[in-house]
Amino acid sequence: MWDWSPLRDWLSGQITPYWTFPLLTVVQALIVMVCIILVMAFYTLAERKVIGWIQARKGPNRVNLLWIPGAGQPFADVVKLLFKEILIPADASGFLFRLAPFLALIPALAIWAVIPLSPQHAFANIDAGLLYILALTSMGVYGIILAGWAANSKYAFLGAMRSAAQIVAYEIAMGFAMVGVLMAAGSLNVGDIIQAQHGGALSWNWFWLFPLLVVYFISGVAETNRAPFDVAEGESEIVAGFHVDYSGMAFALFFIAEYVNMILISALTVVFFFGGWLSPLDGYLSEDSWLAAPSFFWFGLKTLVPMFSFLWLRATFPRYRYDQIMRLGWKALIPVTLVWLLVEGFMVYFHVGPWKGHL
Amino acid sequence: MQGIRNFLKTFLLWELLQGLWVTLKGLFQRKVTVNYPEEKTPQSTRFRGLHALRRYPNGEERCIACKLCEAVCPALAITIESDVSRDGTRRTTRYDIDLFKCIFCGFCEEACPVDAIVETRLHEYHMENRGENIMNKDKLLGIGERYEAMIAADRAADARYR
Repeated sequence: MWDWSPLRDWLSGQITPYWTFPLLTVVQALIVMVCIILVMAFYTLAERKVIGWIQARKGPNRVNLLWIPGAGQPFADVVKLLFKEILIPADASGFLFRLAPFLALIPALAIWAVIPLSPQHAFANIDAGLLYILALTSMGVYGIILAGWAANSKYAFLGAMRSAAQIVAYEIAMGFAMVGVLMAAGSLNVGDIIQAQHGGALSWNWFWLFPLLVVYFISGVAETNRAPFDVAEGESEIVAGFHVDYSGMAFALFFIAEYVNMILISALTVVFFFGGWLSPLDGYLSEDSWLAAPSFFWFGLKTLVPMFSFLWLRATFPRYRYDQIMRLGWKALIPVTLVWLLVEGFMVYFHVGPWKGHL
Repeated sequence: MQGIRNFLKTFLLWELLQGLWVTLKGLFQRKVTVNYPEEKTPQSTRFRGLHALRRYPNGEERCIACKLCEAVCPALAITIESDVSRDGTRRTTRYDIDLFKCIFCGFCEEACPVDAIVETRLHEYHMENRGENIMNKDKLLGIGERYEAMIAADRAADARYR
């Protein structure tokens, strides 16, 4: 995304080279985290705006920022939450109750380490990136389960149990969808997965792996406990589900985790199925045009589409019943992925798709 | 055959896509939000809001303590006590409306033979202390005096349809 060498050179002049790498890593991590949390803040605003528009309302328009009505709403929300008291129920398991919000948030932020934001900038370019992503998305559920258990409330516990069962069911479909991507790319490295899709919009994975894309996105919505799969929160049934006893910034941490996870699933959808930072016009325009060059611009632009779809889905569909969620996960999504993996296997074997030669 | 078609419609998410299309169109529809304190929706002359007791133009109280409103009130929100006044007429000594009980049905206004108790268009009021929900005679007459012009105009506009 940007060139770190001036900072690195300056740092190595100031301190011993031994400390340069950890310090630089911390600075990079901080910058990425702050950017993501800012995006998340405005994503909450976008959610309220988009859902408002769909319901023929204007959405928040009172808190102005730079003369844009409503743009300051996220900051107003943060100030409100900061000033609220954090209540801990008397019978709650204090340590776990305090720990749970962090367990929800930390994996959500940690996964961003392997997401390549642009060809030049992969924060941590590790070879088993896909496994790292799978492992950490599963970690997030611990925060939810512990929150539900530690609060010592039946509502919270019900929410946590629902969330756990749901995530276990959808993780499998999600994992299988990732296997499809893995077969197409022949690598677990996220950068290589993107690079394997090079060559314009039609050679991205979404075209040949369309069923997997649908399955992946639906599982992603379910993994983040978003509508229509938000039985873990289920306002109308179990008050607020797993975070019913959280208030103030402790609640906000869950909120941040949920939205960061949504952005993350959007980014991963783009990485796996829409060619990450690759340009859709690659191969259609001349090579030296910046529009055809892979860049952060394309990655950001493409990420906005699934991000919008999250809000769109929430504004459209009523909540699934619990048994319907289980049926969809086990009896629809998993068989679809298995069948398509078979189809993809034949395509790879007989050299049908755009991916050739690595098997 | 129908079963297969239904299965395909569900499996290919056709129904869900139709739903998404509806909401996508909604995204571009005209927004109906009214920025409330600055903008307000039009209000009917028949709006049933805060109560008021009216006086005749010569300053005489209209209410004759017939207690029809008290009798008709379905929420038992009205309490009336009456006595003979100095000029020998029957007048209320107490006229309380509990706003927490009141359901704003307008029956009291309909029942009143002298148009004394009316419901005005006022709906933007609040209470800050316990007990302020009881509208006593003084408060009701005060509202009536203050908004007599509006009350009279509303009755006049609606008179044709009564």
